[in-house]
Amino acid sequence: MDKLIIKYSNKLVSAGLCAEGEPLFGTYDDEVIWNDRRPERESLDTVIRGLNTISVLFANPVEPYRSIINYLAQEALKGKGFVRPDDTETRTFLHDIPVAKSLHAGEIIKSLKKRKGVIIPGRGIVTYGTVSPEQAFIFFSSICFSCYVKFMTDYYYHRKGLFRMSGDADKIYQTAVAAYQKSLSNISDLPSIRAPFQSSEDVIAAIIETGKLTIESRMVDSFFGNISVKYGNKIFISQTGSSMDELSGCIDPCPLDNSTTNAITSSSEFSAHRGVYNLTDKKTILHGHPRYSVIMSMLCDKMDCGNRGSCHLKCSSMRTIDDIPIITGEIGTGPDGISRTLPPAMSGRGAIVFGHGLFVSGREDFSDAFGNLLDIEKTCYNKYIEAVNPSPGFRDRS
Amino acid sequence: MPELFGWTGKVLCINLTDKSSAILNPPDIIYREFIGGKGMAGWYLRPHCTKPWDSPEMPLIFFTGPLVDTESPTSGRFTVMSMSPLTGTVGDSSAGGKFGTEMKRAGWDGIIITGRSSSLCGLSVMDGNVEFSDVPHLKKKVISEIFSTQPSKGSTAAVGPAAENGVLFANISFDGHSFASRNGLGLVMAAKGLKYIHIEGSGKTKVFNSEELSAAREDIFRLVAASPVLKGEQGISEYGTGAFYDLIHSRRMMPTENFRKTQFSHAEGMNAWNYKQKYGTEKTGCSGCHILCKKNSNNGEPIPEFDEMSHFSALIGNTEIGKVIEASHICRETGMDPVSAASTIACYMEINNLTCETTDFINILEDISQSRGEGNTLKLGSFKYASLSGNSGYSMSVKGLELPAYDPRGAYGMALAYAVSTRGGCHMRANPVSHEILRKPVATDRFTFSGKARIIKLAEDMYAAADSLTACKFIFFGASLEEYSRVFRAVTGVELYGADLIAAGEKIYYNERVMNYLNGFSSEEDDLPERFFISEGTSGDGLSIPPLNREEFLEARKKYYKVRGLTPDGKPTKEKCDELGLEWIN
Repeated sequence: MDKLIIKYSNKLVSAGLCAEGEPLFGTYDDEVIWNDRRPERESLDTVIRGLNTISVLFANPVEPYRSIINYLAQEALKGKGFVRPDDTETRTFLHDIPVAKSLHAGEIIKSLKKRKGVIIPGRGIVTYGTVSPEQAFIFFSSICFSCYVKFMTDYYYHRKGLFRMSGDADKIYQTAVAAYQKSLSNISDLPSIRAPFQSSEDVIAAIIETGKLTIESRMVDSFFGNISVKYGNKIFISQTGSSMDELSGCIDPCPLDNSTTNAITSSSEFSAHRGVYNLTDKKTILHGHPRYSVIMSMLCDKMDCGNRGSCHLKCSSMRTIDDIPIITGEIGTGPDGISRTLPPAMSGRGAIVFGHGLFVSGREDFSDAFGNLLDIEKTCYNKYIEAVNPSPGFRDRS
Repeated sequence: MPELFGWTGKVLCINLTDKSSAILNPPDIIYREFIGGKGMAGWYLRPHCTKPWDSPEMPLIFFTGPLVDTESPTSGRFTVMSMSPLTGTVGDSSAGGKFGTEMKRAGWDGIIITGRSSSLCGLSVMDGNVEFSDVPHLKKKVISEIFSTQPSKGSTAAVGPAAENGVLFANISFDGHSFASRNGLGLVMAAKGLKYIHIEGSGKTKVFNSEELSAAREDIFRLVAASPVLKGEQGISEYGTGAFYDLIHSRRMMPTENFRKTQFSHAEGMNAWNYKQKYGTEKTGCSGCHILCKKNSNNGEPIPEFDEMSHFSALIGNTEIGKVIEASHICRETGMDPVSAASTIACYMEINNLTCETTDFINILEDISQSRGEGNTLKLGSFKYASLSGNSGYSMSVKGLELPAYDPRGAYGMALAYAVSTRGGCHMRANPVSHEILRKPVATDRFTFSGKARIIKLAEDMYAAADSLTACKFIFFGASLEEYSRVFRAVTGVELYGADLIAAGEKIYYNERVMNYLNGFSSEEDDLPERFFISEGTSGDGLSIPPLNREEFLEARKKYYKVRGLTPDGKPTKEKCDELGLEWIN
């Protein structure tokens, strides 16, 4: 457990979510153990015992997440008491994010009995895990991501005069885009392992390398995404819930004819990947959650559209960002699953799933796939900036 | 009592001695604290738990939960409970099919059966009407013959000839394709002189807030669709639980040759895909389930579940799929738990130095069901059989219940879960395969005991709550009690959340520890066969499968006892009972 606390504390820092030394982690097997003795520990000790759970994480994120989350939480306290972003991560896993007024143990326990994490404005976020500290890390990271996406989508509508934000929204926006601009400009590496692959070992090495690059370029949320290569009569694909920077030992070789059921532990998007390989001549697929691709997929000015609120399933417009289609679909294989909607949309460079993430493909290896991931995200970022900044046709509320 | 939603508020009590029936109305507080299913069954079993399993006063209990017969996903399950003839522990099984749904529609949350009929009898419950029938013509009839005599409407529970022949691992069959499989509950039913129960209902369970239930259901459907284990194209919806076969093989934890090895060299030719090619696999399942993990062949015969697929191949060294199908058919028709049956045969083969080339295991299986020849002692299960010849170390069981198809040397949480399970060698009490193998909700390191004490305890509590609601354990590969508590609130109107349900699960599970303690169980029985601590599994492909470290195991068990609120030798305490609101021992 000690090793896991160190591991996930470091991940929070390397992902740009927390400052070094900030995450306060507690684990509870037969005894409660904390990684720090700061004052908040007293209340959280009651929380971990009260929830009778494996781990609790408390941390205040760095900027711009700190200001974004505080802003949304303060607004939530004026209303229903929770933040509800519209992205897929929230809809599927978080449902909503409660806001507590203090770190008082009773209040935190009350929130965490219902949901996976709670925001305390001005103080930070508390999350927990029932099996591993990894869950606490994931929920923390997902809250940061979902709140970022919600703030930026709200801000778009605010700038278009379709929604009203108050206070420091403009300042927070400026800080956030400046930070993102900087991180985008720092990306320079491309995958070095190129086709033709000589063996399955080459394939696995290429997947591992590209997974790490995807994390380093922060093109995912919570280190998750998925990645595959079609090689011979098999699809080599990352396992479900595997961290993209730790794919060694987490890649399943799955026969295209399903003659073994190895894909039972593969990514939930295995069927979508297989569908793409069956319909196209692509050899690699990479899926991440680059935030401006997600944000742009959710922006639509048809405020009185009958499908509003169900856009992720029912949007009937053929929306694109340049040559990249925006498609509907839920995670997995259900009636509205990405396994059905994605393959027909992947004849080009890639496709964005509404509120979820970006799938890109490569002809032979990951050099073009990863390049597509970065290019599309940069395009989405630039288009967002254009959309929210004053120009003819826009009503500037600032 | 306030108006009830979800629950019917009524339990049917049957006395087979005088062929009488009565209605019991459980207090509201018992519903709230024990929920239903496993919880309520345990509450009603506790006063009788020290009686002999075949005493007329020993109840055989069938209990549904508040979610049964509603739109709640995977809620068509129920619990059967009594004291186990095989192990002497609490004996319970969660079963599926439509028996629970019919029970609820007939207006009953549960049925408690006591007494002993002087002649073989059948019981029919149609809504509030109860009828008893003398059925001497069904004596020692196989399951399909019994069901051919039953109405097409409703649902029937029955025991086969194995139960009447005293097989300690006899099961109860529900409509021929769902089972209360483990612990020998079929023998308890046979000891009461009861051959079948037919139940049929015309009512409908009341739901507190249907709109909210629909919304909660959507949350769960979304998570199920996102789960590769449940709805992936190679998951259990497509291949049944047989989908685990390749996975367990590839993880080098497939029990082979009575757990002497952990990898079966013929596995690739005997996996779920091969069954699908050879027999076809039509989807079927329990009432109220959209996953439909059960598979039938093109001619309507059930395809074996994972544990029997594995045990009737790797565990005994059989390389013919046709014989797995045949063995499964015999177990179904005669009414035997295939896991215990296969494991007992594997034990017999090892003790007698036999292989599938030198002996026909199908004949042995039939002998067991008929209690003839070697079958007369093999029907006692592997532990009693092996002990009789001074070879108890060859029984791969915990508390006398044979282990399923996951070798504990390949998953240390599984090792701990097997050892401390209240019903013996069972993987479903804590279901650690979820995180140790299937990576849900997240992956844990399967080769360490670190952190596993509380993980196992919490999982036991969580699944005890699930078995009380009732909901299928498989759905928790995707959803959690966070989503199910929303369903529970929508159905019942009772404001309990996920953590509250886990707290209820803790009480339900501790009650079982108390019942076992009252029957003399302590840390001595919370242990694994010595083989796992002294022999390595089948290492290879860069993966080492060493024996379990005894000291680390004992340290993890010690932590488990502390976390569970037990003494260092695994006994329950008055203080913990008081804390949980459970009656202490009189």
